[in-house]
Formats: sequence, structure tokens, C-alpha cells
Amino acid sequence: MSEVRAKTIAELRDGFRAGEFSAREIADEFNKAVAAAKLLNAYTVETPEDALAAADAADKARGSGDLPPLAGIPLGIKDLFATRGVDTTAGSRILKQFKPPYESTVVANLRKAGAGMLGKLNMDEFAMGSSNETSAYGPVISPWRRKGSNVGLTPGGSSGGSAAAVAAEIAPGATGTDTGGSIRQPAAFAGICGIKPTYGRCSRWGIVAFASSLDQAGPMAKTVRDCAILLEAMAGFDRKDSTSLDLPVPQWEKNLSSDLSGKRLGIPKEYRIDGVPAEINTLWDRGIEWLKDAGATPVEISLPHTKYALPTYYIIAPAEASSNLARYDGVRYGLRVSGNDGLNGMYSATRAEGFGDEVKRRIMIGTYVLSAGFYDAYFTKAQKVRALIKQDFAKAFEQCDVILTPTAPSAAFGIGETTDPLAMYLNDVFAVPASLAGLPAMSVPGGLDEQGLPLGLHLIGNELDEQMVLNAGLAIEERAGFTARPEKWW
Amino acid sequence: MPVSNDQVRHIAKLARIAMSDEEIERLAPELNNILGWVEQLGEVNTDGVEPLTAVIDQKLRLRDDVVTDGNIRDEVLANAPEAHHGFFAVPKVIE
Repeated sequence: MSEVRAKTIAELRDGFRAGEFSAREIADEFNKAVAAAKLLNAYTVETPEDALAAADAADKARGSGDLPPLAGIPLGIKDLFATRGVDTTAGSRILKQFKPPYESTVVANLRKAGAGMLGKLNMDEFAMGSSNETSAYGPVISPWRRKGSNVGLTPGGSSGGSAAAVAAEIAPGATGTDTGGSIRQPAAFAGICGIKPTYGRCSRWGIVAFASSLDQAGPMAKTVRDCAILLEAMAGFDRKDSTSLDLPVPQWEKNLSSDLSGKRLGIPKEYRIDGVPAEINTLWDRGIEWLKDAGATPVEISLPHTKYALPTYYIIAPAEASSNLARYDGVRYGLRVSGNDGLNGMYSATRAEGFGDEVKRRIMIGTYVLSAGFYDAYFTKAQKVRALIKQDFAKAFEQCDVILTPTAPSAAFGIGETTDPLAMYLNDVFAVPASLAGLPAMSVPGGLDEQGLPLGLHLIGNELDEQMVLNAGLAIEERAGFTARPEKWW
Repeated sequence: MPVSNDQVRHIAKLARIAMSDEEIERLAPELNNILGWVEQLGEVNTDGVEPLTAVIDQKLRLRDDVVTDGNIRDEVLANAPEAHHGFFAVPKVIE
């Protein structure tokens, strides 16, 4: 039965339906593997009984012919999603032992689709980080290692636990969230697929808020098809999120096609930046060839404000974070530390002890750029540049149907290797523009670098055109033939 | 225009995060680094550009002004560090 864990979600679903194995056998295999993979530090909470209960319900319903789409599939859930009665801490000390009395809409949708939960997945604190090193639970260790080395590598972030869990086959799929690359960069580092849909496709209700105008949930899994399956279950209109799109959920899986005949592939010239390893650009060129082979015609496009996307993001995201995180005051939930100065002292002491360094840094930047006298110079200016970035993409999509770029400017780096905050922020240089424009974007594994570490290719689609992104992803997947898995050391 | 230690102390106060002088001194250059870097946005001509407010165009929905939820007081209080008599409890603010 050990081969069960190597299967894709589509294979598990179909095998379960065909009676090759029971849902309980699937859940058992994954529960055991989760319990045996503590060295990775990917899970913050394990919920084997939850996975088993969903599996038993699936087994019972199997004969009925009325199975929900994810019956028999256990999933890992990023710790940013509220899960009823199960610790939801966003990787922060300030939410220690917080047990939501409600379920986030995305998790409720997955449960409605029949999925069970293997546990909660570790992440950068409040999703602020690109390496998982800011988690209050300590960093996730990537299952990948450089050839001939036992140096611990980061799985990327912030959805690093999700990426590591899928790569190590201790979850067939997982939820992630992406504010400025937090699904795509870890997917690239871990050699898996991950898609951030159009802003508004997945309800944000019950997802711990970081930067509300950017936060989007999405799936992470081994294959493009698995991402399509999961996204269909996760997405959908929700009245409880004022930015939720009131649109039907397309049949992304059914409409998968790697035939890109007649499609134009945009190659943005501004994404050829200095200091990116040659291997990354070589893989990018290979990706262009693969998509040409699938029928697409490459066209050079220009996204002139690309270079301003990161600084724009690092005004808008901290500003929204400083507002969102004002709720952690030691009154309604989470940590409380008594100060020596009444109510204000309690607030300040609680937040000083509850937040980690990166979160404090971003709250401070956000508070500064929103403060009297600086608001227009920083925040309004950034919102104007964001409008220009959005416009760049709108113009580009008059000339092309999908855009191809690298996902990240490097392969996974070692834990503790990147200490300068600014250098860390540069990880998301290729991912952030699509976030600022609210566009669907996906990372698909393209190959291994010289050290044996995965590299990802990044597809950006027009608003609401997840199908084009998935189809181009499938075309890459079929041609890249990426089958590498980390060698087990944990 | 670099941010001074006093300004950092003021921001920390606004953000309600207690910080020692040592932390302020460590944070000030980090913030200046980041703020210096974002200042490159000044190069972009944004004359006549409307600031972006909704990334995907959509109308803000309205709903009927009716109660849709309620009677969950104990659930709401269940995670509070301190709750008394059905209320959140905070340190005394009135003498």
C-alpha cells in the first residue's frame, strides 16, 4: 500500500471509486506517514481522526453512486485557515491555542466535497515570509537537499508546510494562500504545482487576514490536474466575503487541454533581470520551446512598471497588515500579557511578546506609511503605481493569451542563509506583479538545477482565465517530464 | 529623509508594540533601508492616475438590514483570555 502515497489526487479518486483501495486505507497510509515525518516540521497539528472520519463516510457512501468529488481524499490545511475546534494560529505566538468556533469557507467547501483533514500546516508567521523561518513553531525543513549535502533547506514561504508536505508525500494535496507569491514560490522550491486564482474566486472568509486586497487561497498538489480538481472544490461565491466574485465555478478539470494552437505566449522583456542564475533563464527558454511545441506562438511583450512592483507591494501589504493585525490586542482571543500601565500597557506588552520580528517590522512600516503626513507620499502613491501595473497587464493581454516567466529568481536556499530582509523580499520579484493585478498565476516544475534542486516556471493569465493558465501548465508538465522526488532522509 | 530613533519610538507607540531602546536602535536602520528602497516609486510619473481601489472590477453588494446571526455569546467568548459575566474583561481603565 505504500504506493498509495505516490499517487496523484486524480489517481486516488479514481482508484477509490474503482474499488482498488478503500478511503480508510488512503487515510491510514497518510496518517502514518505524517506521524513519521516530524523532522520536517511541516505539520503544526495532526488530526488523524478527522481524516479517518471523512474516509469512513466516503467508504460508506461508495456504493451509493452519489459520491462528492473529493470523497476519500485527505488534505493538509495551511494554518491560516480557520478550522472549527482545531488550533488555528497563523504560525504566531499571539494566536497560541486559538480554536475557532467556525470553519473557513474554503475548508467548509472542501469538506462538502468530501475531503478529510490530515492536520494543519506550518507557515511563516501571518504569511509574512518567503522561507518559513518566521514561524513561531520553527522553520519547516524542505524534504529536498542539495546533491551530496545535508544542509537544511527552506521549503520557501509562506505556504512552506504545504509545499513540503506535498513534496514529501505526507499529503496528496494542500491548501495554500498567496499574497505576493506565497503559493507559487514554495511550489517552485518543492517541485510541485500551485495556483493562485483570480482575486475573488476563493472566499477569504475565515482565512486569517494579512493584506486583504491581495490575499487569495489556492491549491498545491503534485500535478496540474490535481490543482484543477482542488480549485474547483475551493472556489465559489460567498456572501460573507465582500470581494467574493458572484460567478459560477468553471469546470477546470473537464476543460483541461494542452493543445495551445492559436494561442499567443507573452514573454515580458522586463523579467530578464540581472543577477538571476543562468540556469533559471535557460529553463525559461526551454519553457518557451515547450509551449511552442504545444502550438503557442511566442510574442515579446512589455510590462514597463515591473521594476516598481516589489516596492509597491512593500508599501501596500504592510499598510494593510498593520490595520488587519490591530485586532490582536489580548482582549478577544489569543495571548494576553499584563503590562504595568493599564489597558495600553497590556496591549503593548501583548503585541511585543506575541509578534515575531518580521511581523513587527511590517506593522511598523505599515503604520509609518499610513501615518499623518506620509499617507499620500507612500500609500496613495503606491496605489497609483499599482493602477499602472494593472494597466500594463491589461495592455499585454491585448497581445497575448498567457504569460510565461520563471517563478523565483533562485532555487531553494539554506535555512539561515538569507538574513537581510530586503534580500528576502526579492524572492518574490516575479510573483508579486500578478498579485498586485489580481491575476491568476501558477507555478509548474520545469526541471532540476545543477545541485539537484527543483526550479519552477510561472504562468500568468488574464482575469478569470484560470483555464488558460492550467492548460499552459499542463502543456509544460507533459513536456518537462518532471518526475524527481526528494530522497527520503527524514 | 531618514527616520530617527524618536520617530521609530513614536511609530511603535502608535502600533502599540512595546520596544526597548535596543530594539529601536536595531529597527531604525532596517526601516530606513526598506523605506529608502520604496522611495524609488518617486521616479514614476503618476500624474492624473487614479489610485487603484478594487483590483477586479465589481460592485459592492448591499444586503437587507436584518439579523442573520446571533445567540452565540459563549462561542464568541470562548477564546477570550479573560471573560466575566458574559463580557470580555480588560484591565481597569476608570478609577
